[in-house]
Amino acid sequence: MSARVQEAAFDFAAEVTAFQSTLTRSGAVVSFTGVVRDDTGSLDHMFIEHYPGMTHAALQKFADQAVEKFGLEKALVIHRYGRLQPGEAIMMVATAAAHRKDAFAGADYLMDYLKSRAPFWKKELSKESATWVAAKDQDEAALAAWSSESAAKES
Amino acid sequence: MKLDILYFAWVRERVGHSQETYETSAATVADLIAELVARDAGYAAAFADLSAICVAVDQELCDFTTPLVDCREVAFFPPMTGG
Repeated sequence: MSARVQEAAFDFAAEVTAFQSTLTRSGAVVSFTGVVRDDTGSLDHMFIEHYPGMTHAALQKFADQAVEKFGLEKALVIHRYGRLQPGEAIMMVATAAAHRKDAFAGADYLMDYLKSRAPFWKKELSKESATWVAAKDQDEAALAAWSSESAAKES
Repeated sequence: MKLDILYFAWVRERVGHSQETYETSAATVADLIAELVARDAGYAAAFADLSAICVAVDQELCDFTTPLVDCREVAFFPPMTGG
C-alpha cells in the first residue's frame, strides 16, 4: 500500500485516476481530501509540522491496517507538511474494495487514525495570532470506537 | 546512556530547541521528564501538564512508564492533529 509525505501540492483528480487504473478486482473506490479551512475569515496560512523519522512509517502502517481490516484491494494516503494557504488540499486518502461499504469504512478508519495518530501538528497563523490547533476529544472517541467494534466482533 | 531528544510543535517552542543529545541514566520516560523539568523554566513549562504530552521512543508511540533500555531517540509532542 502506498503512503507519501510531501511538501508539494498534489493533483487530487490525477491521483485518484492513477489509483483506479491499477485496480484489478475492485468495484468501489472511495476518495477523500482534507482542505485548509478558514473559519473566521482571518486565517493567513496554516503551517504543518511533522516528525520526519516517524511520519512515513506511521502512514504506511495505517494504510496496511485498513487494507487488512476491510479486505481492501488497495489504499493510498498522501499527507502534506509546511506552509499551506486556505483552500489548499492538506491530505487525501483513497481506498478500493469489491463493494462500497468496505471502501467507505476503510477510508473512514484511515481518516480517524490520521487525525489522532499520525505525527503532524497544525498551526493557524493570522495577522494577529499564531495558534496550535488542539486535538479534539471526539477524534479520540472515534478512534476508540474502532477498537471496541473489533472487540465486540471477536467476543 | 546518550539519547537524542526531539521536541515538536508547542513543546519545541517552550523548550526552545527542536533537538538535543542528552546523557542520562533515567530508567523510564517519566524519570527522563523529571530530569528535564529540573533543568530550567522552559522545560518546566513544556511539561507542566503531562496530560497534554505524547511520547515516542525510537519512533514508536508509547507512554510514561516505558523503560528507556537501549533506546536512541525519544520525542515529546502535543496530541497529534493530522488529517
